[in-house]
Amino acid sequence: MRLFRRLVLVLIARPIARIFTGADIVGRERLPLKGPAILVANHASHVDTILMLTLYPSKGLDRVRPAAAADYFLRGGLISWLSNTIIGIVPVARDKAGAGVDVLAPVREALKAGDIILIFPEGTRGDGEAMSDFKSGVARLAADVPEAPVIPVWLQGAGRVLPKGGVVPVPMNCTVLVGEPLHWQGDKTTFMTELRQRMEDLHAKAPPQRWA
Amino acid sequence: MLGAVDRGIFGMDAITAFFAAQPPAVLWGLGVVLGVLTLAVAVTAVLPALKPAGDFTNLRQRISSWWVMIALLAGALLIGWQAVTALFLVISFIALREFLSLAPVRREDRLIVLAAFVAMLINYLFIVIDDYGLYRVFIPTYVFLIIPFLMACIGQTRAFLATTATFHWAIVTCVYNLGYIAFLMRTPASEALPAGAAGLVFFLLVATEANDVAQYIWGKLFGRRKIVPKVSPNKTWEGFLGGWLTTGLLIWFVGPVFTPLSGIGLAVLAIFLPVAGFAGDVTMSAIKRDIGVKDTSALIPGHGGLLDRADSLTFTAPLYFHILAYFALGHF
Repeated sequence: MRLFRRLVLVLIARPIARIFTGADIVGRERLPLKGPAILVANHASHVDTILMLTLYPSKGLDRVRPAAAADYFLRGGLISWLSNTIIGIVPVARDKAGAGVDVLAPVREALKAGDIILIFPEGTRGDGEAMSDFKSGVARLAADVPEAPVIPVWLQGAGRVLPKGGVVPVPMNCTVLVGEPLHWQGDKTTFMTELRQRMEDLHAKAPPQRWA
Repeated sequence: MLGAVDRGIFGMDAITAFFAAQPPAVLWGLGVVLGVLTLAVAVTAVLPALKPAGDFTNLRQRISSWWVMIALLAGALLIGWQAVTALFLVISFIALREFLSLAPVRREDRLIVLAAFVAMLINYLFIVIDDYGLYRVFIPTYVFLIIPFLMACIGQTRAFLATTATFHWAIVTCVYNLGYIAFLMRTPASEALPAGAAGLVFFLLVATEANDVAQYIWGKLFGRRKIVPKVSPNKTWEGFLGGWLTTGLLIWFVGPVFTPLSGIGLAVLAIFLPVAGFAGDVTMSAIKRDIGVKDTSALIPGHGGLLDRADSLTFTAPLYFHILAYFALGHF
């Protein structure tokens, strides 16, 4: 199944993603090839996940798993099959958060098993311009698995290829900027501020692939 | 056993026949280009010994990328018009995608971007059906009118006029002007061409790129007086004039090997093509400076984006086509 996933991502999804996004990447060598590691990215489109998976070095690809909302991606049918088999999501039951359920348990398990987890800390897709506030789950994960480096990733332009609510994808160049890894130092506020600052710094370096 | 030998001989025959059918001048020309490239590789191998402190990574990347670009173009030229049209469709697609991704386009224009790609497909369809009459008017007249109308239908009037100009500029340079290169391949064999249609395209590419390189080298060696300091601070009068002279002489002496031009037609090409190459480079630089980027993408290692490499071609291609059509080609 791993081989099947890799073949689909490398032979089918990668060329399609290239055509639709150009797929430029800055700092590809900073992407970890082994887990545990946490990739933190901004979120504007389903293209974000595809872009990360298709740009990932094939060597580390088997380990990369996006944390994704169970209520949306495991609705059943084709979307569940794709989410499980090709995308390889780790489900997060975000609708059960606050009800005393440890919704991050599957993510923590995956990290401890050596996976590289892709997290969108905004929790949902934004408009592709400003980032909304980060949910604190990423800090809890970093605290629980302190040996995992946290790598900030800025995804520029994916929201234009297929915005939230969009049906027709339009080819537009996107750029992925990978930042220096960050480690849990014991304080949640410091960690969240630092992470956000790193993301904003990457954003500032991104080419102007945005709406006027 | 015998069968294998037969197939081997048949394979060799096919390869020999493929090359024998090519205009000799194009094969010689490609040989010279590969020779120059090999020389460049040899120079980069020797340079670190002469200048141990220098960093030649970019130069090496540039030359490696040239191998890929030349292999693609040479392969397409040898296969024929279908391959050249397909290759330039891909080149136009990437150039247009790069341009519209960086230029100021409004959120409401997302589907207009898609319409620009549709216009590109129709433009290349006219090359496939070899209809120059439709090609000539489709983008400059009708796409020019239809795109603003579609934008009006969507209804966002903020920065409307500037956005129509952005779309028009993008489509004309990246699609219409580059498409002329593929259209040259439709010149019929009945025309008196010294090196076939492939020779026409080959010479345009060689003259344009030689002009870029000659300007660069003259500028590096003798450049002192800046020519357009606000747009391209590295460009000098010495580079421009030296490149003009070098490319002009190249066209005057080598042009007759690949094109049917002679006399006044050849002189016009020799005088104006180097200027057009310079103009394309400088104009695209002004646009990049306005947008605030150095490169249009990171597609070609060492060079930047596709549009960074093809900027001069977007100006030289239509000029070259029109000079040929006016002085020599009956088909257009």
